[in-house]
Amino acid sequence: MRIINTDDIVNVVKEMCIESNFNLNSDIKNALAEGEREEESPIGKEILKNILINADISEKNRVPMCQDTGMVVVFVEIGEEVFIDGNIKNAINEGVRLGYKDGFLRKSVVSDPIIRENTNDNTPAVIHYDFVKGSELKITIAPKGFGSENMGKLKMLKPSDGIEGVRKFILETVSEAGPNPCPPIVVGVGIGGTMDKVTEIAKKALIRPINKYNEIKYIEEFEKQMLLDINRLGIGPQGLGGTVTAIGVNVEIYPTHIAGLPVAVNINCHASRHMEVIL
Amino acid sequence: MIKKIQTPLTKEITLSLNAGDSILLSGTIYTGRDQAHKRLVKLIQEGKKLPFELENQVIYYVGPSPTKPGNVIGSAGPTTSYRMDDLTEPLLDLGLKGMIGKGQRNQVVINSIKKNNAIYFAAIGGAGALIANSIKECEIIAFDELGPEAIRKLVVKDMPLTVVIDCKGNNLYDIERKKYQRI
Repeated sequence: MRIINTDDIVNVVKEMCIESNFNLNSDIKNALAEGEREEESPIGKEILKNILINADISEKNRVPMCQDTGMVVVFVEIGEEVFIDGNIKNAINEGVRLGYKDGFLRKSVVSDPIIRENTNDNTPAVIHYDFVKGSELKITIAPKGFGSENMGKLKMLKPSDGIEGVRKFILETVSEAGPNPCPPIVVGVGIGGTMDKVTEIAKKALIRPINKYNEIKYIEEFEKQMLLDINRLGIGPQGLGGTVTAIGVNVEIYPTHIAGLPVAVNINCHASRHMEVIL
Repeated sequence: MIKKIQTPLTKEITLSLNAGDSILLSGTIYTGRDQAHKRLVKLIQEGKKLPFELENQVIYYVGPSPTKPGNVIGSAGPTTSYRMDDLTEPLLDLGLKGMIGKGQRNQVVINSIKKNNAIYFAAIGGAGALIANSIKECEIIAFDELGPEAIRKLVVKDMPLTVVIDCKGNNLYDIERKKYQRI
């Protein structure tokens, strides 16, 4: 058994909350720069230029790239030889609390969806746990803005709808979202599982770098084709028209029931933020 | 060509603007998003006084991040506008002339924009650090307890915006998307 101290978890979560809101990952930055070169719309080109300038200001001045610093989604992979000396959920939430306070990040979480009182510390986070081989603890955090989160959709397709049904649903969802989710977007797609599992894997798809494809060959081909198709919708940067609507499509699949074909589309804005640490 | 515009946003100014114009906005504007809109409309329905006069004013849909010491404001990009759609008409009817946000508006809002000679501007969503540079003063004037959703009076200098819906109801989102749609 390897003992991991909850104080260490608090510290890394705090740091990641701050750093992920100030620094865009290189895969996203490179894709935006490439988008700026390739965008056919002059308005779109100018927008992409400004989005890249914004990322530089954010990094240099250590201010959030977007005022919506999100609700924090956390993926935890716990090695089977790891012993955590306390409550991991409390430690993660404490890290979020400290990160959002010390980083001057916006507190966007309300305690009750109807009464809507702000918790004033951006907790609780949404945490997904998984158990894996080994003696490490991997924590990925993804602050999720709601301009894009609100545009997500779930549909329980029929098995006979097949991959073409999935394709249609993705295009429909992105098309309807139009300018709202702050394109160029990253599209996370979950296929399979149950109603709850499919949304979880759609979210998980968003934390994979956009320059890495799914290891399953036909899914990799599907990801590439969907990116081309989405960029023919004409939405463009900020929805003001153009050829760069998405910079990545990541798909995750999971076994499902003989009667079902669940699909979830979870959209991320161009400020696609996530960061991981292995303890 | 980039047009320089100064608030208050009079009818003379709004009538001169067309969907697709790039503008630099200067002067006083007010912030307001979901909860602030709900409260403003409630005050109007109850016949009570609003925290600021709407005549020829501009509302920016934004909930800024907290201000770091030494700065005027935190990051301050636009939030998605459709959430304010059901709460917009009463404000336009009282003389509100400009709205800054991102994303589509519904037909009720577009009709009201036409009727009241108003303008819907887009700022770049997710460029909150860059936009904050054009905000020179910031003061909370109402609903302090709403935190990021409180109403702030801002003084902006050369805030970069695009006219998306003009007084004639032309909609730049629809016009430009058609040019690049190939599916």
